[in-house]
Amino acid sequence: MVEFKDIYKKFDKNEVLKGINLTIQNGKTTAILGPNGSGKTTLIKILLGMSHPNKGDVLSNASSIRQNWTYRKNIDYLPQIANFPENIKVKEIIRMIKDLRNQKTRDEELITYFGLAPYLNIKLSNLSGGFKQKVNLVLSLMFDSPFIILDEPTSGLDPVSLIKLKELLKKEQSKGKTILITSHIMSFVEEISDHISFILDGKVYFDGSIDQLKSTTGEPNFEYAIANLLKDNHA
Amino acid sequence: MLKILKYSFFDLVRSRWSYVYFLFYLLLSSVLLFLNNNISNAIITLLNVVIVLVPLIGTIFGVMYYYNSQEFTALLLAQPIRRRSIFMGQFLGVAVSLSLSVLLGLGIPFALYGLFQSNVIFDFLILIVVAIVLSFIFSGLAFNIALSNSNKIKGFGYAILLWLFMAVIYDGAFLIALVYFQDYPLDQFTLFATLFNPIDLSRILILLKLDISALLGYTGAIFKDFFGTLTGSLVSLGVLLAWVLLPSWRMLKVAQRKDF
Repeated sequence: MVEFKDIYKKFDKNEVLKGINLTIQNGKTTAILGPNGSGKTTLIKILLGMSHPNKGDVLSNASSIRQNWTYRKNIDYLPQIANFPENIKVKEIIRMIKDLRNQKTRDEELITYFGLAPYLNIKLSNLSGGFKQKVNLVLSLMFDSPFIILDEPTSGLDPVSLIKLKELLKKEQSKGKTILITSHIMSFVEEISDHISFILDGKVYFDGSIDQLKSTTGEPNFEYAIANLLKDNHA
Repeated sequence: MLKILKYSFFDLVRSRWSYVYFLFYLLLSSVLLFLNNNISNAIITLLNVVIVLVPLIGTIFGVMYYYNSQEFTALLLAQPIRRRSIFMGQFLGVAVSLSLSVLLGLGIPFALYGLFQSNVIFDFLILIVVAIVLSFIFSGLAFNIALSNSNKIKGFGYAILLWLFMAVIYDGAFLIALVYFQDYPLDQFTLFATLFNPIDLSRILILLKLDISALLGYTGAIFKDFFGTLTGSLVSLGVLLAWVLLPSWRMLKVAQRKDF
């Protein structure tokens, strides 16, 4: 279980997170939603220890992640923008990360699943955005960790790959994995997640299941329910 | 950390610039040795080149490598690896590959020429040690600059300024001070000020070992008195070591706190 406790974060004068309290339950799929720039990625980076909160703490299995790095062994993280070293082949980066983490992998399986086999010898700088994202997915999911964090996993994917990703995630869910996603594709979120956390103005504005969200807003359609949350706030 | 070091090292070794750097030293020292036919003279000429070029390449390479590998660093940061290991590994990768270029570029021609039969092998060793230490010092300083400046242009600017200051401006200001205060006894001050610039310190170390300190007059004698002794050698080596350790320490501290 992961717990965010009163997280504050500002960049220069821009206060992005103003006291986030959030619990990510084990074995569930939680979607963090919010408008652009609401701090979703920042929150994930804080969880991974890549950014440090100005105030507050994150607990992973009841112990603070501060000055700790071993908890990341149980996390698979898909970054939002697939930035790779340019002059390196797909095969090489997969081998490199495997070597660095030294954990059991299922890269072969994922490479076949996403149809990356013919591209293994191509340099990353010559890949299209969609294929970069597929490499990104293989890199982050190959360790079969119990906790998966996906930051905009759908970006750049064609419809066929998107369906494949959904099927893969459903398989992971059935294995009892904890999944944390952010996405702007509402149909994807609705299909995949059990739990919604909506961030607005640096605070958790809504935290509950999709059904709860629909009943609170009185909107039977998920996409409209989310839009309703935004509108109500601005009214 | 060793794995990161390995990847950074091989990444750099495969790059064209490492070869250019290596070939430059190879060519220069071959030409000097085989056309000049005098090992001592070759060492002195190389000293003058090494002392300016090694810091310059060290700073530029360090800054360039840091900025170029930012993406990879971000990828590494999300992995279960200590931050310390990531940055220390990258820094050592740069420093070791630069040192190797100098070591091989200078070492091969000298070995072929018959360095091992000559009596100046010790002088040559000092030249190599100084070149390696300077590579470590300046790539360490470069990593510090790059870590503290997310703006690449600024980072490069500061790096060049640092080199310019250490290699040129420091000496200039120092000389002006000496001329201006020439009525006062400045020997102690000169000695002291030399310790604060790794480039000057390296130059003095080699010059004294080459026994041309007589050319430096009275100050040279004072220098010889200090640096020529065991204490002096130890102090200067200690200061050079501090120039490696302090920037590495700061680099790790800054990296630990930085948001990526």
